Formats: sequence, structure tokens, C-alpha cells
Amino acid sequence: MKADELLAAYEQMALVRRTERAAHDLFMSGLVKGTTHLAAGHEAIAVGASAALRPDDYVFATYRGHHHALARGATPEECLAELMSRATGLCGAKGGSMHLTKAASGMLGSYAIVGAHLPMAAGAAWSARLRGTDQIAVAFFGDGATNIGAFHEALNLAAVWKLPVLFVCENNLYMEYTPIADVTAVPRPAADRAAAYGVEGQVVDGNDVVLVREAVARLADRARAGYGPGLLEAETYRHFGHSRADPATYRPAEEVERWLKHDPLDLARGRLRALGVPAEAVDEADARVAEAVAAAVEAARNAPAPDPREALTDVWADGGAAWRT
Amino acid sequence: MADMTTATPGAPAGAAAARVITYREAVAEGIAREMRRDPTVVCLGEDIGAAGGVFKTTVGLLKEFGPERVWDTPISEQAIVGAAMGAAMTGMRPVAEIMFSDFLACCWDYLANEIPKVRYMTGGQVTVPLVVRTANGGGLGFGAQHSQATENWAFTVPGLKIAAPATPADVIGMMAAAIRSDDPVVFYEHKGLFAAKGPPAPPGHVVELGRAAVLREGADVTLVALASMVPVALAAAERLAAEDIDAEVIDLRCLVPLDTTTVLASLARTSRLVTVEENPYQGGWGATLVSVVADEGFGLLDAPLRRVAGECVPLPFADALEERVIPTVDKVVAKVRDLATY
Repeated sequence: MKADELLAAYEQMALVRRTERAAHDLFMSGLVKGTTHLAAGHEAIAVGASAALRPDDYVFATYRGHHHALARGATPEECLAELMSRATGLCGAKGGSMHLTKAASGMLGSYAIVGAHLPMAAGAAWSARLRGTDQIAVAFFGDGATNIGAFHEALNLAAVWKLPVLFVCENNLYMEYTPIADVTAVPRPAADRAAAYGVEGQVVDGNDVVLVREAVARLADRARAGYGPGLLEAETYRHFGHSRADPATYRPAEEVERWLKHDPLDLARGRLRALGVPAEAVDEADARVAEAVAAAVEAARNAPAPDPREALTDVWADGGAAWRT
Repeated sequence: MADMTTATPGAPAGAAAARVITYREAVAEGIAREMRRDPTVVCLGEDIGAAGGVFKTTVGLLKEFGPERVWDTPISEQAIVGAAMGAAMTGMRPVAEIMFSDFLACCWDYLANEIPKVRYMTGGQVTVPLVVRTANGGGLGFGAQHSQATENWAFTVPGLKIAAPATPADVIGMMAAAIRSDDPVVFYEHKGLFAAKGPPAPPGHVVELGRAAVLREGADVTLVALASMVPVALAAAERLAAEDIDAEVIDLRCLVPLDTTTVLASLARTSRLVTVEENPYQGGWGATLVSVVADEGFGLLDAPLRRVAGECVPLPFADALEERVIPTVDKVVAKVRDLATY
């Protein structure tokens, strides 16, 4: 990545980090209800992949998906307003934290049933091929999803049909509260399974935005050129627990410490320094991010609640919800 | 799995010109008509291409439209319906086949959690114009895992439209409406009706979803039926006529939208209702229908609401046992006779 591209990527990652911190704080102050699955620590995967994709490509994410919505152009205000049950939220407050979606920019949803969106991404890739475009689709998922049937059905179908789809596993070492290694028969939960479907399984440092971008770009080129699906296992780590209810005390202190020293933002700062980008430029990016997120929090706070009548809309394509005559 | 069909392979393109068409031919004809008019319509499912479907309901489609529009899949129900969903969200109109409706359970996440909810939970950002076709129902001795009438499963989930035609012409007309619908439709094709014959549908035939058909007018009692229970209800009405009981028969055609207007209008004439359902009494669609009638049509009634439905047991194999479980003409006649003297 060139210096200006990397600086832009850094700023986007900082925006994700700041937004997730704001989401955490808003939850603690009672302004976000339900639950949140924060992606702090996973920023480089969303931002690196996004830098390698085209605006018309399709992205499918999980309930831990704030970073993907932001990386695909959703604003912090739209995201935080959704979390805060405001009418101005991305989904009009009908979705919440687990379902952030920005279809207009190809972010086709965040899905909260583990693994369900992998076949959907295969289908979107199938559609691109049928329509004669060279778009690709990408499904991001956690390590836990590699033990569910939909993962395996999607990989097989995508391989058999040679679909232009990428499967990107965000392996943060824990399926919810349990170490993935304790419940998986192979060391690399995603990459080691790829061979069973004739797909190359690649592993990448998911905290290094440059390496993620390179890996996704290579697989995307292959997929676009008709060589079929790609699978990338990106190693990363959660800065928070699984969800809001989880303080993540089950993780060994030395493991947490090791990963916090391998932080995506720190890595990017180091690379920027090596490229000769002045520290002030990075500080300015941080300042812009801080200002943008503070403004987003304020705007979301002041936004109206949804009109209760909206609960009975949007079931059908005509906008309504009538199930009988 | 063995070939479970007995009919001779049909040629859908020629079938429209025939004087009669079978229900199974109507399925392929209905799909083919839409594929001819709309290039975004594609089919996927197990054995639907070269094999023409295990029920021969997709015969001729691969030959006419080629492998870029008719796709054989692995036995992967989640991949089939999940891929159909992803394609529907991105500009296609997929028609996915789940071979037996019992197998909907293998991809129930998509029918229960994904397809009917994605439009709503995204605040209307995406549309899912897809059809999930499936062979439904019993009476053929396929046993507990290949015989269920599962229309009531789909009926528990807001956000799915549910079609279940009873005649070849309705198969074609409702298939057109289902494929053209911008909403997801579960399309139940009844295994017991595949060999049934009827008049072909005229060109451009479309039967709007949510419009019940009054097939027989009567003054004494209204029978409301769906799919294979429609001929059962009609046969029962003939027998009852010999006893001077004049039954009106309504083919509901769809469960969602549910045409309660037609049912309530009928009750204004007959004042008595019997539902004829293949799905189990426990959680069957008739329970919802009679609850609407009890709520909004109580003043129309002269007698209790009655339901003839499947027994609340798994489907047994032997004919003698299966007939005990599924509604029959005898059971309907007995129930109506009893109600007429109330």
C-alpha cells in the first residue's frame, strides 16, 4: 500500500475503534439496549478487505459486523443511531447492532445465525456470474462458524460451481466463550478445511491491514478471473468479550497481553512511520476521527425514536405487513 | 433414492396445446412460461436438470433453457435455499426446489430466520423475490419422513407467502404469480395430485396470490380446503348432496395472503364451517382460520366451528394406517352430517 492509501486505511481503522469504544460507553450508560458484539481488534480485516474490493462487490457479515458496515461506507452516526434505537439508524432501528446493513453500498447485511450468510454470499456470487458482471461476493465469519453445516455446504457449492466468492474467517481463537481449538478437529479451523473442497486455504495476520489487503486482492483477482472461490483465515483477537455480557475472564492474561501488543492500529502506525509519514499526519487523522465520532454520538443522541407505526411496515415489498384479506 | 414417479415424461412446451394437462406437467409448464418471459428466472435443486426432477416436475427445462439457467445441486438444502436468497437479493428470481417438504427442516433457518426477516430487519433495504417449490403431503405410502403436509410450518412464520394449488391450471397461474412476486413464496406442490389431469391454462394465465376460489356453491355448510383436500371436499359435497345437505366448497389456494374475506362471505350464506386440512390438527392452518371466524364472524354462525385435520401422530407407512391419519371423504362426510343436525 502506498503511504496515502495506508494513512486512509489507518484513519478508517481508527474510526472503527473509536465507534466501538463509543458503542461500549453508550451501552454502559444505558443508551444501547439488547446486546452488542464489538469488533475492536478486528479492524484490519474489514478495512484491508474493503481496500481490495470494488464498490460494486457484495459483503455479508456476522452479528459482529460494525467494522464491515463502517468499512463499506456506513457512517458512525448511522451505526450508533441504529444501536441507540433511533429512527435515523441504518435500518430504521428495526435491526439493531446485530443486523447493520448498507445495501446501497453492497453491504448486504449482518446475520446473527452462525454461518447462515455463507450460502447467501455464494448465491450473490452465482447471481453476478449469471448476470455477466465480474462482481465478487465476500462472506466474513468467525472461527466458530467453521463447525456449522452451512459453512461446509457453501464451500462445496462454491467450489463445484466455481463461484466468485471469498470466505474470510476472522479467527479470534474463541467461539463465543470456548477456545476454538478445544472444539475443532484441526488446528486451522477454516484453512485446514478448505482442502476438503479443493479450495486453497490461506492464513494471514489479520491484524496487519497491508497483508490483509494483499491477500484479499490476490484471491479477488483469482475469483474475478473465473478460478473460483478463495478462503482466507485471518488471525486476530477481540479487545472485548464475545458480547456485552461477557468480560472474557476465561482468556489467559499473557495471551491477552501478547495480542494487545499486536494491535492493528499500532502495526499500521509502525508501517506509516517506516514509509516516512510524519507523526503529525497520524495525529491529525486521530483528531478527525475523534471529532467525527463525538459528533456522531451527539447526533444519534438527539435523533428521534422510531414511530411505533413503523413496526408494521417493511414485511412485504409493497411496504406493508398484511397477511390476510 | 429410487424414482418415485409413475407418469410418463411429458414435454412441457407441447403440453399447453393439449386438451388436458397433468398437475406434474403444469409445474414444468408454469416455470417454463416465466423463464421464457424473464431472463432473471433461474432454477436450482437436486436432480432437477438432466433427471427432470424425481417427480418429473422439471422435465424439459434443462433442454429448453440450458445449464446456465437450470442448475443441479448437491444434497445441500442450506446451500440451495441460501444461495437462492443471495441471488434473489442481487437481481435474480431464483426458483429453488426442495425435493420433499419434509426436507424444509434441513434449511429451516432460511425459511424461518433469514428469508422472511431480511427485508424487515434491514428497514426495507433488500428484496427477496424467490420461490421455494416443494413436494408436499401424504397418501402415497412414503412413511414418516417423506409424507408430511408441512404447510402449517411455513404458516407460523410472518414474512412468507404460501401457495398450494389444487389444479393444473392453478399450478400454472399461481406459479406465474409466485415467480413474479417481489416477496418470497413457499410453493407447495402436492405429491398426491401430480397425476391429476385438468384443463390447460390459457396463455398469460396468472392467478393472484391470496384469492380463494369458490368451486361449488351451497347453502348449508362451507367446506374450506387446500391442495389435495380440495378434491376430497368436493367428493364429500357430492355425497352430502344425496342426503340433501348442500355444501359450498372453497379452495383456499394460499395460506398467506389468507383470503378470509371469501370465507366470511360464504359463511354469511351458509352459517356453518368445516375446514378440511391435511396438516395435523395440532397447529394446523384451520386453527388460525377458525379463530378469525370466531373473532369476526361469530354472528354469522348457527353451529360450532369444526375441523377435519390430520391426526397428531407421525405419518405411518401402511395404507390402512395412513388412511386413518389423513382426512378422507368418509371423515368429512361424517363431520358435516353431524354438524348439519346441530
